[in-house]
Amino acid sequence: MASTTTTRPRPGPDRPKAGVSAHRRGLRPDRTREGLAGYIFLSPWLLGLMGITAIPMLMSLYLSFTDYDILSTWSEIEWVGLANYRRMFGDDPSYWHAVQVTATFALIAVPLKLAAALGVALLLNRERRGVGLFRGLFYLPSLLGGSVALAIVWLNIFNRDGAFNGFLGLFGIEGEPWANDPDWALETLMVLAIWQFGAPMVIFLAGLKQVPTELYEAASVDGAGPVRKFLSITLPMLSPVIFFNLVLETINGFQGFTSAFVLSGGTGGPVDSTLMYTLNLYIKGFTDYEMGYASAMAWVFLVFIGVITVVLFSTGRFWVHYSDGDDNS
Amino acid sequence: MNVKSAGRLAVLLVLLGIVLYPLIWMLGTSFKSQTEILSNSSAWPQAWTPGNYSEGWTHFDVSMGRFFFNSALVSLLTVVGNALSCLLAAYAFARLRFRARRLWFAVMIGTLLLPSHVLIVPQFILFRTFDWVGGPFPYMPLLVPQFLATEAFFVFLMVQFMRGIPRELDEAAKIDGCSPYGVFRHVILPLSRPALVTTAIFSFIWTWNDFFRQLVYLSDLDKYTVPVALTLFIDSTGQSAVGPMFAMSVLSLLPVFLFFVAFQRMLVEGINTSGLKG
Repeated sequence: MASTTTTRPRPGPDRPKAGVSAHRRGLRPDRTREGLAGYIFLSPWLLGLMGITAIPMLMSLYLSFTDYDILSTWSEIEWVGLANYRRMFGDDPSYWHAVQVTATFALIAVPLKLAAALGVALLLNRERRGVGLFRGLFYLPSLLGGSVALAIVWLNIFNRDGAFNGFLGLFGIEGEPWANDPDWALETLMVLAIWQFGAPMVIFLAGLKQVPTELYEAASVDGAGPVRKFLSITLPMLSPVIFFNLVLETINGFQGFTSAFVLSGGTGGPVDSTLMYTLNLYIKGFTDYEMGYASAMAWVFLVFIGVITVVLFSTGRFWVHYSDGDDNS
Repeated sequence: MNVKSAGRLAVLLVLLGIVLYPLIWMLGTSFKSQTEILSNSSAWPQAWTPGNYSEGWTHFDVSMGRFFFNSALVSLLTVVGNALSCLLAAYAFARLRFRARRLWFAVMIGTLLLPSHVLIVPQFILFRTFDWVGGPFPYMPLLVPQFLATEAFFVFLMVQFMRGIPRELDEAAKIDGCSPYGVFRHVILPLSRPALVTTAIFSFIWTWNDFFRQLVYLSDLDKYTVPVALTLFIDSTGQSAVGPMFAMSVLSLLPVFLFFVAFQRMLVEGINTSGLKG
């Protein structure tokens, strides 16, 4: 390694000092050795970053301006300019339909899932015995729910002869084949997503444990009721955790694929009612082999996820309360 | 007060019943005969028949055992890959000083939220030019990224964990003449076991349940993993194979469930110690 490189260049003034320089000369081999070791340990990750992430990203940006399909060789690829993007925003009704389906799904399923998670966490937080067991069992759907197996089960629960209609039958209600009804198929997927509220619930529970009990005691002395305590203590103290869950679940919500694929047999049906964005992307890229177009869809998706994250973070300033500030006494 | 807490417990139990019902129903239905599946929509079979399991196991030209073997292979190799590569990267980020460390760390955090769907098309094209897709070992596209620490979540998790290991141990090892490699080998590696266990559990479960990437990359029936094979049940049948489909779905969740049972014990222990205090 070049002996002139120091890992931390400092401003000039202390350079000429003999003592410091001698001291440094002593450290230098160690520093460069550590610097080299750093890159050796980092090399698999760096290789992955370049080969698995960065280069494919650039490739897909390039491809999004071409008409690439899987059969064409590199020399046959034709530059089509903004045609893919124009098609997406201008004349592909299925694209906008998919955007709408995805947004509807996320806007309804995410808040309900978080509400369920917070509600059950509040109930569990009061419990003294068996909390661990309850918590684990409520968490179980989060562990299993993303699988193909559970999507298959869901499809059958909400079938004409499924468990849900069996339950409705107890009250003399005749149900529909929910999962096959264009008006209800997406709702069926939402219920599956909400059912997996256990993961955010575990995080909420950990957050609730951090709220100092003195705050509640003080509020009781001041005569605050349970609703007031919830609004004035629990919610603000929990807001960083709510924020964390909101960001995570929203980003996950936009990416739902497995359940939509299984429920619709890979088509996004019935009548495109479960055509989630990622499913649409898969169909365009790997069923129709329009990989140029699919790349353009992927980039718009990436930008969209980025915008959503930025929006969430910038609104977070107004309602997320971090207790290392000095405004809680 | 007692009435209140009894009421709360009742509410929790009812909620738990609703939440667990789909799982119980799945288990029950997998033991129903074909005619009973159509007539009895409750969770409890009138007559228990294990036939769905044997029928489902041999439902396709390739035995279900083959799919389980494939899934286990992919999942276990993913565990090894993630544990190794993420640990190396995390050690560099957490302990070593090198040029542009902050920049790379920021990049790593940036990739945390990168949706995998965004990269699937160009990755597919790239791996295809390497002849990895549908090659003699078609799991290359699934495994190579895992050996290159692309699962940023685990890198981040391990960095956070290593920051909790006292630096004095590193310093002591250095005074004893350890190089950065020696510190890694003798201090960080043995002390990182809890983080490695967490990584192993989660990467096994996630890979076992993963569908999207396996669907994209696997095309030969005898190379299919369990999730991809399960979707064949939906494609191939009307109502006739619902029982076998349920039986195989139950089996496919069994490894994850067993992990849960083991993991759960850890959770309960954690709660018990904190429960003593509060």
